[in-house]
Amino acid sequence: MSDDVVIIGGGHNGLVCAAYLAKAGRKVTVLEAADQVGGAAVTREFAPEFRVSSCAHLLNLLDQDIRKELALDSHGLRMAKEDLITVSLARDGNHLYLEGSSVDGGHVSDQDQVALKEYRRFMERFAKVIGKLHNRIPPRVASGQRSDLIALGKVALDIRMLGRNDMREFLRIAGINIFDVLQENFDNELLKGALGLDAILGTHLGPRSNNSVFTALHRLSGNTGQMPGMVSLPKGGMGAVSDALAAAARKHGAEIRTSTPVARILMEHDHVSGVELANGEQVTADTVISNADPKTTFLGLLGARHLEAGFAHKIHNFRSRGNAAKLHLALSGLPEFTGLKKEQMDERLVIAPSLDYVEKAFNHAKYGEHSVQPVMEIIIPSMFDETLAPEGQHVLSAIVQYAPRELKGGWAAGKAAFTETVLDLLEHHAPDIRSKAVMAELLTPEDLEREFRMTGGHWHHGELTLDQFMMLRPVPGSAQYATPVDGLYLCGAGAHPGGGVMGSAGRNAAHAVLAR
Amino acid sequence: MTAKAMYAQDHYKTNVFPSPFHSRQKELNKLKEWSRWADYLSVPAYYCSSLEYFAARNSCAVFDLTPMIKHRVSGPDALAYLNRLVTRDVTKLKPGRVGYSVWCTDQGQVIDDGTIFHTREGVYRICSQEHQIDWFLTSALGFDVEVVDETHEVAALAVQGPTSCAVLKKMGLEGIENLTPFGLKSFPFEGTQLEVSRTGYTGDLGYELWIDPDHAEVLWDRLFEAGELHGISPMGSDALEMLRIEAGFILAGVDFLPAQEAVRPTHTRSPFELGLDWLVDFKKPVFNGRRALMAEKEKGSRFALVKLDIEGNKVASDSYVYSSNRKVVGHVTSAMWSPSAKASIALATLEQPHGKSGEDLFVEIYYKRELKWSRVMAPCKVVKDVFWDPPRKRLTPPADY
Repeated sequence: MSDDVVIIGGGHNGLVCAAYLAKAGRKVTVLEAADQVGGAAVTREFAPEFRVSSCAHLLNLLDQDIRKELALDSHGLRMAKEDLITVSLARDGNHLYLEGSSVDGGHVSDQDQVALKEYRRFMERFAKVIGKLHNRIPPRVASGQRSDLIALGKVALDIRMLGRNDMREFLRIAGINIFDVLQENFDNELLKGALGLDAILGTHLGPRSNNSVFTALHRLSGNTGQMPGMVSLPKGGMGAVSDALAAAARKHGAEIRTSTPVARILMEHDHVSGVELANGEQVTADTVISNADPKTTFLGLLGARHLEAGFAHKIHNFRSRGNAAKLHLALSGLPEFTGLKKEQMDERLVIAPSLDYVEKAFNHAKYGEHSVQPVMEIIIPSMFDETLAPEGQHVLSAIVQYAPRELKGGWAAGKAAFTETVLDLLEHHAPDIRSKAVMAELLTPEDLEREFRMTGGHWHHGELTLDQFMMLRPVPGSAQYATPVDGLYLCGAGAHPGGGVMGSAGRNAAHAVLAR
Repeated sequence: MTAKAMYAQDHYKTNVFPSPFHSRQKELNKLKEWSRWADYLSVPAYYCSSLEYFAARNSCAVFDLTPMIKHRVSGPDALAYLNRLVTRDVTKLKPGRVGYSVWCTDQGQVIDDGTIFHTREGVYRICSQEHQIDWFLTSALGFDVEVVDETHEVAALAVQGPTSCAVLKKMGLEGIENLTPFGLKSFPFEGTQLEVSRTGYTGDLGYELWIDPDHAEVLWDRLFEAGELHGISPMGSDALEMLRIEAGFILAGVDFLPAQEAVRPTHTRSPFELGLDWLVDFKKPVFNGRRALMAEKEKGSRFALVKLDIEGNKVASDSYVYSSNRKVVGHVTSAMWSPSAKASIALATLEQPHGKSGEDLFVEIYYKRELKWSRVMAPCKVVKDVFWDPPRKRLTPPADY
């Protein structure tokens, strides 16, 4: 047995995994299909001289231990802006400004002000319970192993330590929907819309869908910002995170090959023996770690025939329906947003005026249609990062929901109409947006799937819900990073603890490999 | 209403069909009792289950096999698919051959057992006790195969017993005597093709006949005409049950619980726990249950399925099995008085490490004589060999009775 490790995919998790393994002395080769590293955490040009984070566009979950352990700052990671305020845009221009547990504007009542403090208190507490799981290899259920029992006991203890009242509340709301919880706590629609949006971003869930409290908690579970859930943006866009990770991995001795797509995983009897590249070259290794999503890994690169049927079936049923599109605008100048001062435009702007608005936007997606009035998360990163656009000009980056992966009639036919729908909506808030837009790029889930090689165009490689979390992610039998195929591991967002530019899956996977 | 009504979208009106042989069975069924087997009406006994049993052992018995669940597997990946599905190495199964196997869940627990017929190059038939199409299609993910349930498209008869070869020869199946055990051959018959396999569930010389349902009645008629002087007799499922226990064949739902029907995980069985080690081929890089079975091989099995030779003449149905120190160590799954072995015999499932060949145990038998219940602790022994295994089963060509 050799110590050679091949990592399929140089997304941020693949790079984290590579860095930790190389640091531990393994000979690591990362094979990235695209011409630059980073996977869905990349910055690329989409119009001449305009650059944008083309998939993930904000950082809210990057693990700070990884940042320190891999000395990412010494490899060039700088924040261009930290802890962005959320501005919930109102049609009438009376916007709401949300910063953690304090809120301003938007006709928010004193009562809601107080309620927000309490809401943030318990949500942050509960998120901490979930956050503690991120850097652990999930325990197996009924394995008969002491270590698994202890790990499960730790989870139970963390929940118990919330105290009687908070524990009850945690158990009550962890599996339910954000709509009910927000209705219980608040009156203000703009506030509820903004809070609800955090629960459904990047998911195939509406505010009334079960699990949307869990997704909201997951979003709060990171330790990137000053306060849980606060978002930041690195200088140079999200690609800067990946570049720093790649530099760290290389420093420790990992080899990273870009423009090197893997065609398939090779087997020798019942053990992986390496990979075959698209150009026919074979790279041998006794350990292959896949940063690709579970369906691509198992059903695409490996093939169901190399798996036992029950496992293949579970992977097949892993839910990974992407429902978010990405809009990029190259702007000749800064647009004007009704009711927003210029210096407020470098924050995180959201269009989610009420929970019903969000739910109605989701309704379409259930039936294979895109939203008529979409939900949006907008940033203009060029306001605080001059590397992204020529001087005086700007880029706008927005996540737009809902845009189902399987659109009735197909995206080839539907994309132009959806782009217009999105621009119309933006025009309501920024009347001069069309005149400023030199170039518009809309990436549908189909485009995201193609460009970033993510099944369903799902950022998290698979829905991040309780039934696909921890020892259930992606499915039992591969939730501890090792898979049923000897020598094959997962290290991507499809493994615990899931997506968002976090790195934990990559680090946990490295530990799982090293523990063998 | 016939089986074909299934396709007429009015299948909801009934889910029990008369067999394609029903018109003939109806005439011969003197006891006028019917039972249900899977999707069909079946005959428990035509006139006397004991006499029907003796026909199978001493002359020739005909059993309607149509209700057996049959699947057809074809397509470029048929072999690769089957090899991943079942525990045995199917590459060794040449066209014109039949093999017995089991298939398991990922947990290495037996879903069902059955026979795989390599009917012609790349086309297979799998017969099983239970409906398997759901699992078979689930397993087809990633394979270029077509899997269909062809139960209603194929009528089948088992022709079993020492004179069975002579009967088929007389019916005009030229060269049938050269068919070796587990061989499969097609014969022209009344304008169609009759497939004959030298297989059965009786542990004796015997054949199974497969034909399209439209030719079912003429096959029955020709068979009974040819068998008239060879002691041919229809046989019901009660007699078959006796025959298969003597032959040591296990039955899904009786001797083991199909894994997908189990609620309690400890109630399922692995192939090792059913004494079917010889069916598990670890040389294959992957098959359903392989990882779990390798772990079981390492760690040891929980149960053993054994054959018991019991003292006395009482039938040990559903009995508890006790160790020599009178501790319950298992229970009987199938039991009978064997007319051929002249012994009370049983199949039993025991907790390991019990079940070694030659082990002395007890069975607790409750029996009724003239409405009075009595109980006996009958000594018994674990035996290795099946209770009925005549050399004529393997002889090719078979003796011409």
